[in-house]
Order: sequence, then structure tokens, then C-alpha cells
Amino acid sequence: MSSRITHRQEIPKQPPQERIHNFKEVALGYDEERAVAEAKRCLQCPNKPCVRGCPVGIDIPAFIKEIAERDFAAAAEILREKNSLPAVCGRVCPQEEQCEKSCTLAHKSQPIAIGCLERFVADWELNKSPSHQVTRSPVKTRNPLPATRSPLSVAVIGSGPAGLTVAGELAKLGYSVVIFEALHLPGGVLTYGIPEFRLPKEIVKEEIRYLQSLSVEIKTDYVIGKIETIDGLFKRGFKAVYVAIGAGLPKFMGIDGENLIGVYSANEFLTRVNLMKAYLFPRVATPIKIGRRVGVIGGGNVALDSARTAIRLGAEEVYILYRRSAEEMPARAEEFENAREEGIKFRFLTQPIRIIGDRKRNVRAIECIRMKLGEPDTSGRRRPIPIVGSNFVIELNTVIVAIGTGANSLLPGSAPDLEVNEKGYIKVDAEGRTSKKGVFAGGDIVGGSATVIAAMGMAKRAALAIDRYIRSLRSAGAVRSETSGAVRSETSDKESGKKNFI
Amino acid sequence: MVKILHKKRLNRKTTLYELDLPEIAARAEPGQFVILRVDADGERIPLTIADFDRNKGTITVVAQEAGATTRLLSRKEAGEELAGVSGPLGKPVDIDRINKVLCIGGGVGIACIYPVARAYNDAGSEVISIIGARTKELLIFENRMRKVSKELLITTDDGSYGEKGFVTDCLKRLLRRIKIDLVFTVGPAIMMQGIAEITRPLSIETWAGLNPLMVDGTGMCGACRISVDGKMKFACVDGPHFNAHLVDFEELIARQKMYQKEEKQRIEMMSKND
Repeated sequence: MSSRITHRQEIPKQPPQERIHNFKEVALGYDEERAVAEAKRCLQCPNKPCVRGCPVGIDIPAFIKEIAERDFAAAAEILREKNSLPAVCGRVCPQEEQCEKSCTLAHKSQPIAIGCLERFVADWELNKSPSHQVTRSPVKTRNPLPATRSPLSVAVIGSGPAGLTVAGELAKLGYSVVIFEALHLPGGVLTYGIPEFRLPKEIVKEEIRYLQSLSVEIKTDYVIGKIETIDGLFKRGFKAVYVAIGAGLPKFMGIDGENLIGVYSANEFLTRVNLMKAYLFPRVATPIKIGRRVGVIGGGNVALDSARTAIRLGAEEVYILYRRSAEEMPARAEEFENAREEGIKFRFLTQPIRIIGDRKRNVRAIECIRMKLGEPDTSGRRRPIPIVGSNFVIELNTVIVAIGTGANSLLPGSAPDLEVNEKGYIKVDAEGRTSKKGVFAGGDIVGGSATVIAAMGMAKRAALAIDRYIRSLRSAGAVRSETSGAVRSETSDKESGKKNFI
Repeated sequence: MVKILHKKRLNRKTTLYELDLPEIAARAEPGQFVILRVDADGERIPLTIADFDRNKGTITVVAQEAGATTRLLSRKEAGEELAGVSGPLGKPVDIDRINKVLCIGGGVGIACIYPVARAYNDAGSEVISIIGARTKELLIFENRMRKVSKELLITTDDGSYGEKGFVTDCLKRLLRRIKIDLVFTVGPAIMMQGIAEITRPLSIETWAGLNPLMVDGTGMCGACRISVDGKMKFACVDGPHFNAHLVDFEELIARQKMYQKEEKQRIEMMSKND
């Protein structure tokens, strides 16, 4: 074997000095030659260890084989079978923790760049596939809700990864799906959270257009829990409700100075920039304040996204303040590397204890204490312990708090019979069933902050459970008067027991 | 898209819009607000639901031209459309029958206090109201407030109408002659702060409808966070009405001014393009 094919194909990137001045995508993606060369490295292991590492079970060797044979359309079809958002997952999935980790080549040299190949195929499909030239109905807003179109309709609350996935799966099964989104644009965290330079919004829009081509209807500016309740949705004729509202409540540290001017939650900071496009201010109306010196508290992907956004907005010095060390950082290794290349400064073992303001209540500095690592805690990571008397001050003008999010009680609070745990997350069984009949849930609102793909995996399982549930209603005679053709017959798969369908 | 059914200029700064929003009208309760976008790339701004008509399927909002977005809004005419409105947001005011309720509105806040005053009146409470503005021309909703109040007191800073002075002066005089059980106020933060300082020593329960900056209005961003009794609260989901005696108004006032410079910049840009 020549060395050309044993080495993993690098993904070209915008050079750091260039990219810190723009919001364009950092990783540029494979061209056909690179993709084919990378695909040819795949050993096509018969036991497919990579597939077991994929939360949605994509037949990875099969789609890679099609790339190697330059049948990109066939590769795209294989991806779409299991993943309704491949262009997103190819970009933001932590492949190094999943499929690529299980790759046979990972033990010998470098694993196949499965994520890059997934992205290549998805982008190829978005750019080339004639099916994407089809005109689709635009996102509908604010039309009064129709008496549902099919008697077999499902309401999905939230249009993030879990909501989009469940909608796609159910639409493919023949259900009529309406997604209710609280914000004015669909996509959830893909739209308001993950920055343009990591996930271009045009990609998210394309993926959503694909769903709309499957007749999924998206209603934006709809805050369920306020304009309508879950019970109200059932009264309107929906047979099942899927709750995928994410974990959107930003956490703060509870230290002094968090309400000073210049302190943002990462959610607010990223929402202003990504959803509201504040980086184009004053051309667009929503402003953002960025100081010369910016500190971001936290060590996850959201912290890195915030730091890298800050540098692109013109900050001179951007610090990540993280209470543990580099090893414990939950952020993806690739993004850590990208951030370092862009000049983000990392201050590890650093715990902020107070934000200091000036007389006009603007942020002036942050007081921190040094930490050391003790014994592993419940997360398996070594617990940070403050070193007494090690306090020090960093001068800052902007502070971004990126220490995670919690459950927002807006919707669960409006449905008292929907059981939540002590942290406010909705309780579900393995298939996404909640305590309330006909209501299913998935994504971050059941498990706390996790990955896009984990949410999608949950949503896929829930889609099957919703399908079974609605069939059981029909066989029990609870649903009458629908046309027998409303659900395609091939959907009566093994799991539904092929019973009493008509 | 949301259709403007009716537009009425209340004065040179303030405009009333009746919007075609049957679903929001069906759910709206006194004290709630909406988040409104004028155009597709526009800012999301919170506006109190000043009135709603469940039969007609409309809600009414009143906007005072303060920043770039409210200026843009003021140029929209009846028959035109807004990019989007979401709501009803925030917690409704819990209306019980209270013996004597005093409703105090200042400036555009009069439009916000109106649905609360009306609800208390409908619930059988005795409503006394004080409304105030800088000058006669800026006073809004006088007739509406008169209809729902047993007694209506009016103040203008310059004395061009009603009593000369602030609503706080009027409040002090009123409290000397009448025992009030509950005070409800919406207006400039500094006015609400002044009211809280007057009612605190008298231990009169006082609620204020706060108006911090917001983005999503659903608890997702924390832009609207305020301190109440030393604890962080999000006005959009925990409020917008809070016990005025516990609110850190100084902080609220500072945070409201956060983007003053940017607002100016944007308005200058708009003026250049005109």
C-alpha cells in the first residue's frame, strides 16, 4: 500500500490570520479527489465497528464505498436513510468520540475521516442534486393553525436537532407533522447557538428546506406553553406531541457582578450574533457590545464558540477561563486546536469568584482563584479544588458566562401532568414516552446538554414509538374516519407488529 | 407576517397599533407582552399588550418612538405587515378583588397599566388611578383610564394639564387622604423607583411592571435579568411584574442604557438613509 492512501486526507481550512476577520466557515471541506482518496483508505471491515459508534446507525462503510466508486448520489441516499441532517452532523458531530474512535484504522494509524466524508456527500447533494432545485413552500408564519390536514398528525414543539429529526422520520412514515418554533427562525441551537464559521446558516436552511419538501410544516413565533398548551394541541386534533424544546435556560455562576454591563450569558451573546446577526450592526438592528479584552468562563464547545466569535468581532485579547485543565475540557479537540490557532488564550485551573465593575457599572476586571486537581468526581474528571490565597485579577471589558444551560420551565410548567425530575428535565422511558399520554420528549430537555447527534438518536427512537402509539390508537378504534391510505403500508414494519392497520 | 389593521397616532411620539393576531388575542391576559419584529432582519422588541379583543381577534400595542426600531415601526401604516409577533409572553397579573387598588402609569406606561386597571375594575375592586406625562400633548389613554377608574388623577411635569408635578407628588398627597391596599405601577424605571420609596415606609404592597431589554422573551438569553431581593430573576419569564420594594432599580436603569451609544449610531444611519 502506498503512503498516499494510508495517511488521512487533511481538511483544508481558512488560515487563522485570515479567518479571525470573517465569519465564513473555517473548514473548507474535501474536494472530490480528496474525498475519493480518503474513501479508498476504508478497509470495509465486515463487522463494521464504526456503525456501532454512530448514535443513529448510519451504514458508514456502505456510503464510503460509494464515494470510492464516485457514486455520490448513492452515498447521499445511504446517509439520508438514517440521518436527516447529514450536512450538519458532518460538521458538528464529535466523530472522534464516536464512529472514528471505533474505526479499525484508529488503532494502526489514523481513522478514516468519516465526518469529513459525510460532510462532503451532504454538501455535494445540496449543491448538485436536482431534487434540491424543487421549489418548496416557504416557512409559514403566523397563519392560524388549520384544522390538521391529515387525521394522523403529530405536533413537534421545538425545531432543533431532535425536533427536526422526529419530524423527518414521521413525515417519511406518512404522518402530517407541524413543528412549532418559539423563535422567528427554525433550527434551534443550530440557528441561534452554533456560529456561522462552524455551521453556515445556509446549510441549516437547506436541511430545513429538505424537511419541508417532505411536507413538514414549520410555524415560527409560536411559544407553546403560552399561545397554546399541550392539551390544546390535542384538542386541535394532533394525535401525539413531541417535546423537543432543548435546555435553553442559561446558568450563571451566582458570583458578584454578574449583572454588570458587559456580562453576557453565552446564549445571549451567541443569539445576538447568530440569530440576530449583530456582527452586521449597524446594518442590522440588533447591537452587541464587545470589549477590547474578553473573558469567557467555561471549557465546552459553547465557550470556544463564544471566544472565537469574540475575536471575530474585533476583541484584542480573548481568554478562556476554565477551572480544570486542558485534559478535562469537554470541548472537541479539533475546536480547541482551531481556537488556539486563532490566538485564544487559555487560562486553566482558573475559577472566577467576582466580576468587578466601574462606577458606571461596566465590567472592569474579574477576580479569580487558582485551582488544583483532586480526586475524580462523579463525572470521572478530577475535581478542581481552590488554592487558598491564590487570588488574582484579570482586566476585562466583556465577560461571557458559558458554564452550561438548564431546563426552561415555560412549557413543562404549563402542563402539570408532565412529570419532570428535580432539575426540571422531562422524565421519559427508553423510547421517549413521558408521563402524559400521547406526549413524547427528547433532546436536551430530557437529558441536559448533550450533542446534536445524541438528540437525533433519541428522536429516531421516539419517532418509532410515536408511530406505534398512533397505530395502537387506531386499532383500539380511538381514531376514526381517517382514510386508510394516510399512512403508507410499507411503514407497518416489524416493530409495529403489522397488526390491525386498516 | 402580521397585518396592522388600524394605526392611530396618539401624539408626535406615540403610536397605537391594532394587530390581527387572533390566537394571541384568545390567550392574552392583563400584564402580558409580545415580542415584535418590524422587518425580517429586525430587532426583537418587547411591547406590552395594551388591549385585546377576543371577538375581533386583535391585540393593541402602543409604542413610543425611542430607538431605531420604534422609529421604524412608527413608519408602518395600517394595511401593511410586520415581520412577526410572538406571545402572549410573561406572567399575567394575578387579579383578585382588592378593596382599593391604585394604578399609576407614567408616559407610555399608561398604556401598559390600562389592562391591569380594567381587570381590577372588572373584578369589582375600587380602582383609583394616577396618570402622568411630561406635558399635555404626551398624555395618552385618558378616556380609557377614566372609564375603568373610580377616580382619575392627572399630572404633567410642566403643569400644562392636570396637576403640575410628578405622579409621585400626587401619590404622596393622595395617600394622606385615602387608605390604599395595593399599588400597581408601570412607567419609567425612575418613576417606579420613586413610588416604591414612598409606599415602602407605609408598607403598602406595590407591584411594578419592569421594562428591561429583552431578546427572545422566553427565558433563553438572560438579557432581561434583574435583581429582586438580591436574587437574579429573568423579567421575561419570572415577571415582568415584581414586588417593587425588592427590585434593584439602579441596576435596572443602568442596564436599560447599555446600548445607548449603539442606538444613536443606528438612528444616525437611518437618518442618513432618509
